[in-house]
Amino acid sequence: MLNVETLNLPNWADARAFVPELVMFGAFLAALLGDIIAKRRPWVPFAIVLFGAVTALSYAVAGLDIQAPAKILGDMVVVDGMSSFFRMLFALTAVVTVLFSWKSEEIMGPGREHKGEFYALIALMTGGMMVMAESTDLIMLYLSMELVSLTSYVMAGWMRGSLRSTEASLKYMIFGAMSSGIMLFGLSLIFGLTGSMTFEGIRAALSAGTVDPLALLTVTVLVLAGLGYKIAMVPFHFWAPDVYEGSPTPVAAFFSVGPKAAGFALMIRFFYTTLQPVVDQFDWPLMIAVLSVITMTVGNLSAVRQTNVKRILAYSSIAHVGYLLMAFLMLTEQGLQAILFYLFVYTLMNLGAFLFVTAVNNSLKSEHLADYAGLGFRSPWASVMMMIFLFSLTGVPPFAGFIGKFYLFAEVMRREWYWLAIVGVLNSVVSLYYYMKIARALYFDKAPEGAGAVPVPALQIFAMALLAVPTLLLGVMWGPLKGVADRAVAVIAGL
Amino acid sequence: MADHILSWMTFFPVIGAAAIAFVPRERSEVIKTIAAAAAFVPLVLAVQLFINFDRGITDLQFVEHYTWIKSFNIEYFMGVDGLSVPMVLLTAFLSFICIIASWKIDKAVKGYFALFLLLEAGMMGVFCSLDFFLFYVFWEVMLLPMYFLIGIWGGPRKEYAAIKFFLYTLAGSVLMLLAMIAFYYNVTDPVTGDHTFNMVHMMDQANHGGLLNVNSARFLIWMGLFIGFAIKVPVFPFHTWLPDAHVEAPTAVSVILAGVLLKMGTYGILRISYPILPDQAAAFMIPMAVLGVINILYGAFCAMAQTDMKKLVAYSSVSHMGYVLLGMAAMNETGMNGAVFQMFNHGCITAMMFLCVGVIYDRAHHREINGFGGLMTQMPLYGSVFSFALFAAVGLPGLSGFISEAWVFMGSFQVHRTLTIIAALGIVIGAAYVLWMLQRVFLGPKNDKYDSLPDISAREMFTLVPIGVIVLVLGIRPMIVVDLMKTSLNHLIKVVSG
Repeated sequence: MLNVETLNLPNWADARAFVPELVMFGAFLAALLGDIIAKRRPWVPFAIVLFGAVTALSYAVAGLDIQAPAKILGDMVVVDGMSSFFRMLFALTAVVTVLFSWKSEEIMGPGREHKGEFYALIALMTGGMMVMAESTDLIMLYLSMELVSLTSYVMAGWMRGSLRSTEASLKYMIFGAMSSGIMLFGLSLIFGLTGSMTFEGIRAALSAGTVDPLALLTVTVLVLAGLGYKIAMVPFHFWAPDVYEGSPTPVAAFFSVGPKAAGFALMIRFFYTTLQPVVDQFDWPLMIAVLSVITMTVGNLSAVRQTNVKRILAYSSIAHVGYLLMAFLMLTEQGLQAILFYLFVYTLMNLGAFLFVTAVNNSLKSEHLADYAGLGFRSPWASVMMMIFLFSLTGVPPFAGFIGKFYLFAEVMRREWYWLAIVGVLNSVVSLYYYMKIARALYFDKAPEGAGAVPVPALQIFAMALLAVPTLLLGVMWGPLKGVADRAVAVIAGL
Repeated sequence: MADHILSWMTFFPVIGAAAIAFVPRERSEVIKTIAAAAAFVPLVLAVQLFINFDRGITDLQFVEHYTWIKSFNIEYFMGVDGLSVPMVLLTAFLSFICIIASWKIDKAVKGYFALFLLLEAGMMGVFCSLDFFLFYVFWEVMLLPMYFLIGIWGGPRKEYAAIKFFLYTLAGSVLMLLAMIAFYYNVTDPVTGDHTFNMVHMMDQANHGGLLNVNSARFLIWMGLFIGFAIKVPVFPFHTWLPDAHVEAPTAVSVILAGVLLKMGTYGILRISYPILPDQAAAFMIPMAVLGVINILYGAFCAMAQTDMKKLVAYSSVSHMGYVLLGMAAMNETGMNGAVFQMFNHGCITAMMFLCVGVIYDRAHHREINGFGGLMTQMPLYGSVFSFALFAAVGLPGLSGFISEAWVFMGSFQVHRTLTIIAALGIVIGAAYVLWMLQRVFLGPKNDKYDSLPDISAREMFTLVPIGVIVLVLGIRPMIVVDLMKTSLNHLIKVVSG
């Protein structure tokens, strides 16, 4: 618990461990100021945030091999292997999103306002996500989550003139407020049950065995509601398709990977630390297994009937949460390795798929499957990369998505949850159908008469290649990434 | 190239595909030439393989063994034995023939040939890999080009056929994936004690532990693998993707589908299911024989009912793959050799038939059996070649199909007497649908509509004659191919029958 007298005031040693976060928050302020000083020339904040994100990324990569967890900022934040892994992921997401937004009509097109502030918000949100992955305290958990959520609401409603965008923002906020209220209630109960605000304190109290299993189950469900909303787990997923559809596509791309991964990071940190000693004592594995099955099945089956590509991808990203949850149920080290690996790969491929939608949206002004007819021949390079992303999302070798799924299923099989593995692989088969609906539109359907080429700016091709090439390479030579994920799991505070 | 002959055979087409990507779209002749060259190299290497392969030993040959992913003990492990060599030869041979047969393609030439080469790489990899993970990767990799080859260059219902093919096969392969993971966690490497994907270790029952000591678990794993492979063969009732895919695919792709892809199913059963789970294989002999007989008869009856030539040939494949199953179910020397030889022969014969159907389709733009008549006088050379292929399919003595079918029957008669007698009906029905088609297309009054059809061209003959020669030579000297596989198959029989 916080105690003013024993509170460690921030010092330089703390700051050194906290560089990527400080860079992102600094970039946020600098971008805001720069925007004003430069009299709303959007390239200034763009450059500042891009520079900040690249700097944060290099710091994060350099800090990957961490030896021992460092607790900083009054023990509310911890920098360890896992948080280093996640901040690399978030910095990467920020770099790609920033690069991509620059040429997106939805953000930068004529008539759009406050273009510079958009980049500032990305910086703020990235910093917030990094802190989410590092919180070890109930207060920090809540604060970091709210920081990310509040920023998300603004970004979702970015296209101010658009009714859909405004609706998305409002929907997101109402859902968000609801779930964080429920979660807050759960957190307060936890405090009441264990008398501790820190994850490790809760773990110690639970290990002591004084908490009634039923009470534990109740608070777990309440906390899951809040975190489940963030990662779009069924039944807290209803906002996702509408928000993704209504938001500007680069924002939807960012939402589908960034906050989701951050939610997973927080969920991992919280549940691994607190519940691992007592995981066998109540129905946690079964509960997660059922949630996982429902999430993937609802996601996949709903995606099948969609005709809007953004909605297909939205439901597909719900399904992927289901796959990830499979490895979550036993709270094992191997499961965590598989989750980290998959989240990285998922970030590459899902971001890539959304970026394709952004890229062609500039010319097509549509996200409908019918308008994608013949794009494979009208925009060959972008389409080929889109196919890489789609196959990877399906989980077909030789793409990274297959390897990711392989590790997830391997963990499920290792823990002998055979029925779950079977449901999981059958879900993959269903997902093939709707991913291939996009492939079919791109390559098999005839382009309408007179439809010309769909040009994609070189910068966007570059950003997509930044994701497509690793998606392919990691499918063939994934040893190094697996090593990074394994080492990240080896150094986790409190386990 | 001599050191890593299998890797070169597998990856040279990939190099070719990459090269094609850099050729400008308009230079279609250059693209086709590169493709032909990239497919020719594996063919040359295949001949070298054929010459250098030691027929007397059961050991794996031309082995390449490297660590791929250390943390999960995934290996790059390639090698061939008597079971895979005929398949490798068939793949190299038919791929080259098919590139030549595709010369007339004019839609998105670049994509077509690049995908075709990737397809060849995938097939070759499946037949060469001895690490289960590697095998699975190749098995799936092959689906991607196939999906596009059917979906972009196919017939009127191409979209439907392509996705149906993809969904069916993926459904089968995910079951295989689970079986693979189950093997991984229950097989240990005798040297290091770690889990392993190495198929050679998996085949040694002494390395089995955990689940693999439980009979019911072994049965479930066997069934998972069997369904995965059966979809590919295809075994009734998983065959419904086949007529759609074969009919909609462009000619050369149909040839590959029927000639090589179907063999992967039976190859997988013989390579993986039989030696790793011999007890289950032995217990599954009767169901397998029954499924074989159903395939033979059902495929033959369906073929007889078709009015589309290509569909007829497609169903004849279902029927002919039934012989392979029947031979495999006999599990004795004659039956097994017959089965694998039938795999090779069916690859050649069905390739000829599909190519012949393609020839007439290119000219008349339809394949209705009843829409022709008296073609023999209009296209005598074509008529002779097609008749040759059809007679080979019937199993005319002197041609290769006869030998393998005879061996299958001889082998299975010793074990499954009644079933074999029923299956023999398939020969009669086979003769009926083939001869009936021959009669309607080539004999009878001439259809005046086709007075101006040119006879078969030199390029088309170039694709058909080599296959015809092989069918004829193997009909007279079957041991040329059978010698390759005999030793390995006898070893496999010993393993399975304990």
